[in-house]
Amino acid sequence: MNNQEDFILDAIDPEVAEHIDAGRRSLFTRYAVPVAALGSAPLIIAASAQAAFAAGGLPKQVVDVLNFALTLEYLEAAFYKQANGSSGLIPQKYRQLFRTIGAHETAHVALLKGALGSAAVKAPAVDFTAGGKYADVFSNFETFVAVSATFEDLGVAAYKGQAGNLIGTPVLTTALQIHSVEARHAAAVRPLAGKAGFDGAFDKPKTKAQVLAAATPFLA
Amino acid sequence: MMTPGLNRRNLLKWTGVGATVMVAGAMLPNFGISAALAADLGAGDIGVLNYAYALEQLEAAFYIQVAKTPYEGITKAELSNLKAIRDHEIAHREFLRKALGRKAIPDLEVDFSKVDFTSRKSVLGTADVFENLGVAAYNGAGQLIKDVNYLAAAGSIVSIEARHAATIAALRSGFGRDAAGGKNVNSKGLDAALLPSQVLPKAAPFIVTPVTANSLS
Repeated sequence: MNNQEDFILDAIDPEVAEHIDAGRRSLFTRYAVPVAALGSAPLIIAASAQAAFAAGGLPKQVVDVLNFALTLEYLEAAFYKQANGSSGLIPQKYRQLFRTIGAHETAHVALLKGALGSAAVKAPAVDFTAGGKYADVFSNFETFVAVSATFEDLGVAAYKGQAGNLIGTPVLTTALQIHSVEARHAAAVRPLAGKAGFDGAFDKPKTKAQVLAAATPFLA
Repeated sequence: MMTPGLNRRNLLKWTGVGATVMVAGAMLPNFGISAALAADLGAGDIGVLNYAYALEQLEAAFYIQVAKTPYEGITKAELSNLKAIRDHEIAHREFLRKALGRKAIPDLEVDFSKVDFTSRKSVLGTADVFENLGVAAYNGAGQLIKDVNYLAAAGSIVSIEARHAATIAALRSGFGRDAAGGKNVNSKGLDAALLPSQVLPKAAPFIVTPVTANSLS
């Protein structure tokens, strides 16, 4: 049995889930869950999530968004795994930062894979040198942080661009909780690449096409 | 903003979602004035926007003071980061004020008496609290928003708050674990998402104006 809904539900603060539930009656109508038979709000959200996610999986739009996010997370997780394992690349004083970032990306992969279950896409083949453009990405810290900052800013813009596709679903909160972590990463890495942590008062979203265009050079 | 007569700091300033309705203004001697000074966030998307507007007012006021009276030994880089953050919070505040138009809550009176603006530790510690509270507040409010355009606007603000949180963390303890989120990020790699009823009590010590969230759900 696939317990994909558990991953989503575990990720949501129970009080938030309860609250969301109260405001999302339309979910019940849509999936015809017999809510009257259920006693507590957490149970109700569990039932609606099950209706939305089980038996044939998530709604296609949500699957698409999550697989898109998963692809980016695979890319990031593999990137930091290789970087953190490259001796001499990361100066001692930044090692905790990149280990923490790497652990977050790996956790995001696990979370999204769990949510998608059998609908999850496979990890893409990667080329972090982008066809030789960043040939020294795992031996030169300057190159590495430049690519890292690019990935993190891209991740922020990608999640932001998909939020509207998740409106009204319990997945939205989880996506937002990942989105802000990517933004923390971006602001932590950018100064190491000589930039301010932010670029203006409002971050801009990117469409899926824009994100894929930016990520494609790193896909083998 | 002057506080007329009674010491309103003693009143419950924020009431949580679902809590007993409390009209703070009604408890004050001068009915007309106090009712105007009190602020109810309202319902639906307007309520969520006013909620964000209240938090941005708080943050903007804080950083305006920080930049006006820099702490002892502040470095150039620190001041420039803090001024940039101030400008962002002002931009957020003004964006929300404009979006709300006549439905905007009044200007809030803030109380930073617990902050020592001459102390780096106090200022950056308070900034850390505000930024992480802001991130959790926007993350938790996303699900309450019904209009996709408001969600997009909130999305473009929340990642800036998260960037601020990382920037403040880096100022406090360098580019280590905390700059990547530290204890604010759980083992699943997720930031917090808090409801207004969880956020408002944390902001309450810094806000004098009675603010109620009677209809925010």
